Parts: sequence; structure tokens; C-alpha cells
Amino acid sequence: MIAVKVNNVSKTFKAEKSIVKALQDISFEVEQGELFGLIGPDGSGKTTLFRILTTLMLANEGEATVDGFDVVNQYKEIRKRVGYMPGRFSLYQDLTVEENLAFFATLFNTSLEENYDLIKAIYHQIEPFKKRRAGALSGGMKQKLALSCALIHRPSVLFLDEPTTGVDAVSRKEFWELLRDLQRHKITIIVSTPYMDEASLCDRVALMQEGRILEINSPKGITENFRKPLWSVRATNMYQLMNDLKANENILTCYPFGQYHHVTFKENLNEEEAKRQIAKISAEIEISKITATIEDCFMELMRQ
Amino acid sequence: MKNAFAISVQDLTKRFNDFTAVNAITFNVKQGEIFGFLGANGAGKTTAMRMLCGLSFPTSGQAMVAGFDLYKEAEKIKKSIGYMSQKFSLYEDLTIRENIRFYGGIYGLTDGEIKSKTAFMVEHLHLEEQVDKLVKSLPLGWRQKLSFSVAMLHQPKIVFLDEPTGGVDPITRREFWTMIYEAANAGTTVFVTTHYMDEAEYCDRVSIMVDGRIDALDTPLELKNRFNATSMEEVFVQLARNAKRGE
Repeated sequence: MIAVKVNNVSKTFKAEKSIVKALQDISFEVEQGELFGLIGPDGSGKTTLFRILTTLMLANEGEATVDGFDVVNQYKEIRKRVGYMPGRFSLYQDLTVEENLAFFATLFNTSLEENYDLIKAIYHQIEPFKKRRAGALSGGMKQKLALSCALIHRPSVLFLDEPTTGVDAVSRKEFWELLRDLQRHKITIIVSTPYMDEASLCDRVALMQEGRILEINSPKGITENFRKPLWSVRATNMYQLMNDLKANENILTCYPFGQYHHVTFKENLNEEEAKRQIAKISAEIEISKITATIEDCFMELMRQ
Repeated sequence: MKNAFAISVQDLTKRFNDFTAVNAITFNVKQGEIFGFLGANGAGKTTAMRMLCGLSFPTSGQAMVAGFDLYKEAEKIKKSIGYMSQKFSLYEDLTIRENIRFYGGIYGLTDGEIKSKTAFMVEHLHLEEQVDKLVKSLPLGWRQKLSFSVAMLHQPKIVFLDEPTGGVDPITRREFWTMIYEAANAGTTVFVTTHYMDEAEYCDRVSIMVDGRIDALDTPLELKNRFNATSMEEVFVQLARNAKRGE
């Protein structure tokens, strides 16, 4: 079954003397129970898309359904059955942890007890602080409370707008484990993130840039679509190496990737030829053939 | 050798009532070094950085920044450093030219200097068509690059970058690091925080804060050797998962 269907959706905003095309002809479908990622930098249209799907904003063109209901004509139905965690913390800072939960539960005519099994794993971690005001929680705890509140009415589709932005590497890992765990409850999850490495944790992803979808596929499908041979190279002086590679006429792209630079050649070379080319720059350079990451693919799609 | 280090910190501590946000940290940053300042959320990075910029008074400990004493010469420190963060850097309702003029004025540049700096920046960043448009009309990636250049306007000895690449697209993120390398090569000391672990690899040395302390400080290579890890991400996870503070 299709949980979310988006058909040729466009959205523009009028700014001073100019028109911002926030979404340009976006189409995709998300299966029920799928963990679907919108991957892209700030300004790629992720939040606008979320606001349209959660019926908080109207598109200029196109249609969309959530759980089979139309986002324009049946918005009340949608609001009953989706959970939404916006990018900015938007719970009541002056209410305590348990008051916030009780408030959202009441809005949806339910109670914490009724859905405790669903949020147990998350709520358990903040329960010791349930008498504390939300405003006095640490960033990580706020995030867990916000997720608990978004789940309190057992939504069929959960929208998470950049839940891990500005979050450290350890907490990010933990958060993705929580999402994987939620999937067991058959909840469809649409999550956005600017961190390319998180794409590999989704079932399928849409890579977004400037209001357009560059590609939709499984993470594996995306990396397999990287057609050019890709090489990682390393030398003692990485800055010098970068300058040398960029100046070399046989090299098409060269991007730093942590302790390596990722390189493609203008021509498709085999291992021996590539090594020979690199050795011409310096004998000290280490080179090996690698499979592309999502970030390599994203940059390749941006270049096209 | 008072000036051998751009930043020299000894037992620097900041307490808020009974909470010790920064707990006796000690480290030196060399001139022209790219120094990565990492830590889990809530580890005390921001508090430490605010002290080093002269914006928050330490509870105890010593620190010299750009050759000036943190207690007695905070105003001189502010003139010798540049600062940019992801959250705030430029005024969105001013044009690019106005922002440059504004920051140039604050740092005491002459009209002539502001004019030549503006011309240089516009050419260097290819902003010819945008220079008289509002900053908010610029794509985020350009805005971050511009804001770095503005932080470097008065040729500071040290530039503090607080998560400068958050939310930036992958190509621009790498162009941004090229700018950081260029600045360091020209002698500016770069003090940078990030949540991207690949960026930790680009630093000359990296410190990792856990619960207010600095638990590790070395080159990325040494850290990986010591923690028997293949990447900085592994090093970070090994250290940060021991954090006791509730994040």
C-alpha cells in the first residue's frame, strides 16, 4: 500500500523583486512501513515539502495524498493520523515533560498509558526528568520528548524534519537506532537530513537540491549508479596533493573525503593505468579503487 | 616565549552555580594551525569558546589569546580575532556591500581599506552581480563563504569558526575547507568546531571534549593509532559514548 503519494508538486514564494522556487515539480511515492529519507542541504525544499504533506501549507501546483487522503480536501483526516516533528523545537517550554505529553495525548483523545508500548523505548530515557520543564532540558532530551509527543497518538505516518541537525555523532547513531526500532510498529517514517552518511540508514531516499529531486532509489541503488571508476588517494601533504591533482589535466574531479581525496579521471582507466598516471605526480601517493558513497553520488548529480 | 602559541590555556574552568561547564582544560594552539575543537553536545565547547573570545569570564585558570591575557585584555583579544558561526554571521536585511562596510567599520578599517577589501572579496567570490542585493537572497553556501571572508576582513591572528559548514551542500562544504586551508597557509590560526567527522581529518590537531574535560588531543593520525580506530568517527564514538552528562 502507498502511504504517501506526491504528484508534480510545485511551490513558489514571492520575495522582494524575485520569486523563490522552493519546490519544482516533485513526484514520489512512499510505501507503507518504509523508512524514507529526504537528503539535501539547507534550501533544498525539504521543510516546504513536509509542510505541504502535513497540511500546513498549500502547494501552487500538483496533488498529494497521505494515507490515501488528499492534502487539500481531506486535511482534517490527515491531521488525525500523522505525527510531525518540526526542525525547530516547538513544544511548550513552560510545561513539564509529562504535562507536554498529557497535552498532546488529550488533543488526540488518547493517553500516555494507551500508547506506552510504542514510545516506551524513547520515553524511558527521559522519564526520570518528567517533572522538569521542557525548556530546562538538554538538547538531546528535548529531541526525545519531541519524538514522544509526535508519537503519542500512534500516527500511521511520522514526519521528522532534520531531527539530527547539530547533533553529535554518538547521539545521531542512537537516534537512528530508535527509528529502526519504530519501524517494527509498522509506522511509515519520512525523515529529512543534511548529513549524507545517514542516507545509508534509510530504505529509500530522495536526494534533493534547490527544490528538485536529483534521484530516488535505495541507498545501494544510488551508489551503484555511480558509473565512473572512483579512486581514493592519499599522501603525506594532503593540501599539496589536492593542488597537484586539480592542476593535472587527466583528472576530472578531486574532492577531499576525510583522510583521502576521491578522484575521477576524464577517461575510464583500469587500475594499472590509474596507478601510472598518479605515479607521474609523485611516487609517494597511495591509490586504491573504491565504491562511491552517497556523498560522491550527490556531488556527481550536482555537477550534471 | 610568550608569543609562541596563538592560544595558550591552563586549567581554564567555568562554573555556573554548582555545574562545572568547563573543567580545568589545558592546551596550546600553534600559530597557523588548524585546530579542531570537537565534543558531544553539552560537553562544554560553546562555553569554552565564549571564554576564549573574551565574551564570558572564566571562574579560574589562565589563558592567553593572540598574545593577550583573557582577564586583563579581553578588548584587545576581540580586536585580534575573527568569529563566524552557522547560526549568525551576516545581517540578512543589509546588502553584501553594506555588510562588508558595517563589519569593516566595527573593526576600524578606513574607508579606503573597506573599498579595496570589498572589491577584492567581490572578485574572489564571484559576487559581481550580487553585491548590491540583500544577503538573504544569497544561497546558504555562498553566504557561509562570504561570512568567512567577512570574519577575516580585519586580518585577525585567529579565526573562530563554530560549526561553519552545518547544512551546507557537499561541494560548498569542501570549497569552504579550501578557504580554511588558504587562511592557515597564510598564517592565520583556525579554531573550528564541527559535527562532520570527515572534517576532523582536515585539522592539524584535534581535541575532544567530554563532560567539560579535554579527554584527547593530538593529530588525527595519532588519535586513530592510540584508539586503534580506522577513522576519526570511531575515535569520537569511543570517547563520547562514555559521557555522563544527560544529552
